[in-house]
Amino acid sequence: MSLKRVNPEQPKTFEFSEKFKNIAEEILKKYPKKNKKSAVMPFLYLAQKQNNNWIPLAAIKYISKYLTMPYISVYEIATFYSMFNLSPVGKYFVQVCTTTPCLIRGADKIIKVCKQKISEKENQVSKKGECSWTEVECLGACVNAPMMQINNDYYEDLDEKSTAKIIDSIFKNKILEPGSYRGRKNTSPENIKTINGTDHA
Amino acid sequence: MEQIMLKEENKVFKNLYNNLGWEIEKAIKRDDWKDTKEIISKGKDWIINEIKTSELRGRGGAGFSTGMKWSFAPKKIGSRPHYLVINADESEPGTCKDRDILRFEPQKLIEGCLLAAYATGAHICYIYIRGEYLFEGQRLQKAIDQAYKKNFIGKNACGSGWDFDIHIHYGAGAYICGEETALLESIEGNKGQPRLKPPFPALVGLYGCPTIVNNVETIAVVPTILRRGGKWFASLGRPKNTGTKIFCISGNVNSPCNVEEEMGIPLKELINTYAGGVIGGWDNLQAVIPGGSSMPLLPKKICETIKMDFDSLIENQSGLGTAGIIVINKDQDIVSCMARIARFYKHESCGQCTPCREGSGWMWRILNRATKGETTLSDIDLLEDVTKQIEGHTICAFGEGSAWPVQGLLRHFRKEIDKKCSNDPLIKKKKDVPYLVDQHLLEKKNA
Repeated sequence: MSLKRVNPEQPKTFEFSEKFKNIAEEILKKYPKKNKKSAVMPFLYLAQKQNNNWIPLAAIKYISKYLTMPYISVYEIATFYSMFNLSPVGKYFVQVCTTTPCLIRGADKIIKVCKQKISEKENQVSKKGECSWTEVECLGACVNAPMMQINNDYYEDLDEKSTAKIIDSIFKNKILEPGSYRGRKNTSPENIKTINGTDHA
Repeated sequence: MEQIMLKEENKVFKNLYNNLGWEIEKAIKRDDWKDTKEIISKGKDWIINEIKTSELRGRGGAGFSTGMKWSFAPKKIGSRPHYLVINADESEPGTCKDRDILRFEPQKLIEGCLLAAYATGAHICYIYIRGEYLFEGQRLQKAIDQAYKKNFIGKNACGSGWDFDIHIHYGAGAYICGEETALLESIEGNKGQPRLKPPFPALVGLYGCPTIVNNVETIAVVPTILRRGGKWFASLGRPKNTGTKIFCISGNVNSPCNVEEEMGIPLKELINTYAGGVIGGWDNLQAVIPGGSSMPLLPKKICETIKMDFDSLIENQSGLGTAGIIVINKDQDIVSCMARIARFYKHESCGQCTPCREGSGWMWRILNRATKGETTLSDIDLLEDVTKQIEGHTICAFGEGSAWPVQGLLRHFRKEIDKKCSNDPLIKKKKDVPYLVDQHLLEKKNA
């Protein structure tokens, strides 16, 4: 699994806000009463959402008490799954897919742009804390390769120019719309409007 | 040449590109939720039999008969409740079909869930969506809410007398959770590490209860099959490889796309008609990975004639898998492409079984060195040996999934790798010794 670093600076306490407590109670209803352990992943997501997109150790302790689980079991899950961040990331978290289908369509060029525009190394938050980037494994949009994910949104069909434009827009704090950057509709074939008389585009 | 094309009327997913709208009203216009109550009133055995007649095989990769899987669930509901779990943890490189179903055809999935749950005796369904698909998950939640509002699901779903609830559970970026038992572990709140089988989930699954786990696409075609009849579905495609399938064509093609076609369509036709051909022309084709990254690649020679279905691909020592077709042309270095796939498996190994945890790293390191030309010929033999040590020695199929692509590379592109081996071998003379022996000692006189 991926290497995870726990942030050296940790907040002392953590508690869900009132709003999140209500959401947490809703989540618990999804699972059988004796299996409330199932809610550990949704809870970690909540903690991550509340704490600027990273999970402090205090939150892990809080969740383990909430769900009456051993601390280590929650810690284990927070480190096993790659989407749980244990140290701060930028306000805009750029994840570039570099697995083979993206790679052969030029994901390395996207990485180059990220290095130039954001930071030389992965997981380094840019100077004003706006942005950080990382390489990730397949994000499941291979037909729209190369692509990247910024926070929750997929930016697809990229090239160097469009990537630079998107990252510039982050620094202006006015991020561009997600979707295809070659102007095509979802996963339909480009340039082929009709095949055998039926509409495909 | 006669063109074999799927007729518009036989398409299951009419809204694959969202030309018609995903909302429930528009889905109903496309015949979703039509006569659902009547279908349920025909009974469990009829549903399972109809699916068996259709010869539907699981679309998640293994290609197991869906009707048979459903019939494994206990007939009578005992003290333990039954569960239905939908696997939407689509992470196989090259595959992005389930994403389109979640985004644009959610009602097909929800209706399929109800029918499958009724047939297997489940009142609760969990849909496990990969964490990155947050937008798709929110869209599906909206669709679920719409279905609740119309009383298609919930208490007395569709007026059938069957209570049915759907919950969404998000993954968090672990490829291994696409393995069914790892997925169940993950829902239970553990690390996603696969369980030993047997017992199979159909008897001991989620929370120790009988559980049926199916892929999104498998479940989403069920309503159409039951409405139009198993025989209709079986009439498409080839015997034992029936029906339609969404193919994802990515990589070095002019217009990569998702497309629904009949099973058994020739690969060449699929690439040329739908994906606008290989970049640089058909002659520029180097290899194709036919079924997501864990299936062995096929060289151009086989691609000329191969038909895309489970059995034809197995005959050619590959597999249909998830039907994620990755096209690689001659502009790419095939060794570095496979080295990247090996890195993917190294990164995603759950670490439970030693052969996989260590072996996936070995394969990546050797291939990485091969890319740079820093290997010797004996390293490549070692690589082949490592793949054999992993294959079949792990709890789940991840071992095979990581070893097969490398084996495919060695089977079809041995010359290309050998050319890259520039380092001198440790022993110049060829000796028939297993690599485990300290080979440099054999050179010494007194060894």
